[in-house]
Amino acid sequence: MKTKVSLSLVIGAALVGCFLLMLVVSFFYTPFAVNEMRSAERFLPPGRPYLLGTDNFGRDIFSRIMKGTQTAFFVGTLSVLFGMALGISLGALGGYFGGWTDRILTQLGTTIQAFPGVLFALMIVAVWGPGTFNTIVALSITAFPGFMRITRSGFIQIKEYSFVEAAQTIGVSPLKIMLRHILPNLLPSLLVAASNGFAGALLAEAGLSYLGLGVQPPEPSWGRMLNEAQGYLLRAPWYSLAPGIVLVLAVLGFNLLSDGLRDLLDPKQ
Amino acid sequence: MKRRFSPYYLLFLVGIILIAAVFLKGGKEERENKVVVVVPQDPDYLDPHLAAAAGTYEMMFNVYEGLLKPAPDGSLLPALAERYSVSEDGLTYTFSLRPGVKFHNGKPVTAADVKYSLERLMGTATGQPLSPFFTKVQAVETAGTPGAQKVILRLKAPDAALLSNLTTAMIIPEDYQELNTRPVGTGPFRFVEYRPGQWVVLEKFADYWQEGLPLLDKVEFRIIPDREAALIALKNGTVDIYPRIEPGRITELSEEFYTLQEKQNLVQVLALNLKRAPFNDLRVRQAINYAIDKDELIELAAFGFGTKLGSGFSPAMVEFYETGLEDLYPHNIEKARQLLAEAGYPQGFRAVLSVPSNYAFHVDTAQIIVEQLKKVGIEAGIELVEWAVWLQRIYQGRDYEMTITGLSGKLDPLPVLIRYTSDYANNFFNYENAEYDRLNQLAAAESDRGKRAVLYKKAQRLLAEEAAAVFLMDPHYLVALKKTIAGYRLYPIYVQDMSTVYLTNRGTR
Repeated sequence: MKTKVSLSLVIGAALVGCFLLMLVVSFFYTPFAVNEMRSAERFLPPGRPYLLGTDNFGRDIFSRIMKGTQTAFFVGTLSVLFGMALGISLGALGGYFGGWTDRILTQLGTTIQAFPGVLFALMIVAVWGPGTFNTIVALSITAFPGFMRITRSGFIQIKEYSFVEAAQTIGVSPLKIMLRHILPNLLPSLLVAASNGFAGALLAEAGLSYLGLGVQPPEPSWGRMLNEAQGYLLRAPWYSLAPGIVLVLAVLGFNLLSDGLRDLLDPKQ
Repeated sequence: MKRRFSPYYLLFLVGIILIAAVFLKGGKEERENKVVVVVPQDPDYLDPHLAAAAGTYEMMFNVYEGLLKPAPDGSLLPALAERYSVSEDGLTYTFSLRPGVKFHNGKPVTAADVKYSLERLMGTATGQPLSPFFTKVQAVETAGTPGAQKVILRLKAPDAALLSNLTTAMIIPEDYQELNTRPVGTGPFRFVEYRPGQWVVLEKFADYWQEGLPLLDKVEFRIIPDREAALIALKNGTVDIYPRIEPGRITELSEEFYTLQEKQNLVQVLALNLKRAPFNDLRVRQAINYAIDKDELIELAAFGFGTKLGSGFSPAMVEFYETGLEDLYPHNIEKARQLLAEAGYPQGFRAVLSVPSNYAFHVDTAQIIVEQLKKVGIEAGIELVEWAVWLQRIYQGRDYEMTITGLSGKLDPLPVLIRYTSDYANNFFNYENAEYDRLNQLAAAESDRGKRAVLYKKAQRLLAEEAAAVFLMDPHYLVALKKTIAGYRLYPIYVQDMSTVYLTNRGTR
């Protein structure tokens, strides 16, 4: 069997790789202190020494974008992980046991999916208050039904296979069957969904922060930067463009990666 | 010989008519003596006694008037009352009505109208006051002859702020029931039309009592809530005046515009909860005062359009302002560190700075203050709170460590400085000082303006010396206008006085 490495995969992996590199570097080094203000150097256009220019407080935009990667990836990773964990366990229960359990869980998932993702997250944040932790919880809840569907349909399909029936006949515990025998078969599609979900989480986090409900100032976040920049759209266009383009690239990267992974891992092709 | 009718002649005639039409039309447009002002919100009520929004007052200031009227410098001008006198004990105010003043419906203003208006505000008939300002008024009486009418107010206790409050007590025709749909007042402009979400249109009141005013024939308040859209409307000529333009945006305006700026009589304050450690220690509060560089703050947050404050009072009210306090705590990091060390916090401390999230200006200020406090070791974390939460938890509940807000000034120092008295319901500073309370009580009972000013100045000095809070700045109020507009006057309160505004390019027909 020939492996197909598509262009999407290459570009996606390269973009995601760049962001991972930026993320790691930002923990040790940023060109300037992230929150340091310089009144004499506000609204400087991109150039030297400020690679992407400075903002309304004279803070270095590039440093803040680097630091913002931490926020974006922290929220993205955790919300996808939590969403995945919740989705897989509920999907596995429903898919394996069927019946009433399945019906209730499916209905729950459908109900949550009926709300637009960001709107639902907004509602949760409005009730529990803003902040990084609540943002993660909100995004996890909106993310889990997707994972639940994939897991459930996979389980329904695979539990009919003879190797599962064989395991059941010799008395292997249901938990072990689920984890050892069925779940590994679903990993490729879950990985694709995770990569896709990550892009969605980045966008949702930026959206919430833009509305002032995510990360609190002065800590940088791409969405917050967009919010702060919009008042200076004509005076300092680079201030809005920089976080905007970075956000587009990150979302594009993860979407391409997920497309590429699907082509690579899909057993049907 | 019969003259042949030439088609060229006809063509020539049509041409003349067209040119004349264009000229006439052009001339007509230029003659329209009208100004469009952009405002951010709809009026809440057109009835002046029900309206509570500052956004309504700023428009209807042109339609309604009280016995007295504020002047651009914050002093009081006689309006419907020509003269007034106050009795020695401060309990009886006698107003002589200006003769010949008419309502927009043509009826003359009588003492009965004034009595009706004031009693409607006091809730004499209903038992439910529409205004909180006249609780000390016992009775309103009319006197005098039809040609020289008088209104007498009898008070239960002296009320030094009564005269200022009377500027908001709009006089309306007695028993007129349609105020909310067809407002009738005595102001320089009469109400024409209100379309929700679109505009409020006013036109010149020809019988206005001030000779020669107003200068415009028509004023339109265009309602545009979005600041971006408002700025675009100004740039493309849809509106002529944009009050409260953001300071960061004026560099975008072309040569066709100019801006006016003035202190807006607002105290932007960093409040410290005095009931909580470490803010209960005077040295800590002084250290924070020394640590904050107000000049840098004004430059960064307000693009330089602000006036540094030293106490809880704006210099916009010149008469009552204690000068020199703004330099009581000059920016000095060494001194701040030293005071912190004396107070037992050599390494600084951590605190939460709660900011109402809907005020971008306060959020910006907070970010700058966090950086400035960091330099003396104080680690402040910003917590954004919604406006409703801020009002409930912080303003009323006093549950916070540090917060930033703007306290708007009035025409009188009383409502501004009473905020720090120990028995004031929303003294969210938790400031308690017997001497301060005493000064305020004395000033409230004193009807001589000069003596009141001395007392209020002492009170301001006390607030500053006690570092009751960090008094940051009075951010300037900026107005952008087309260069063809002149005569716009700025007030220390939230009003758009259109009576003196005029167009400079008129007459070029």
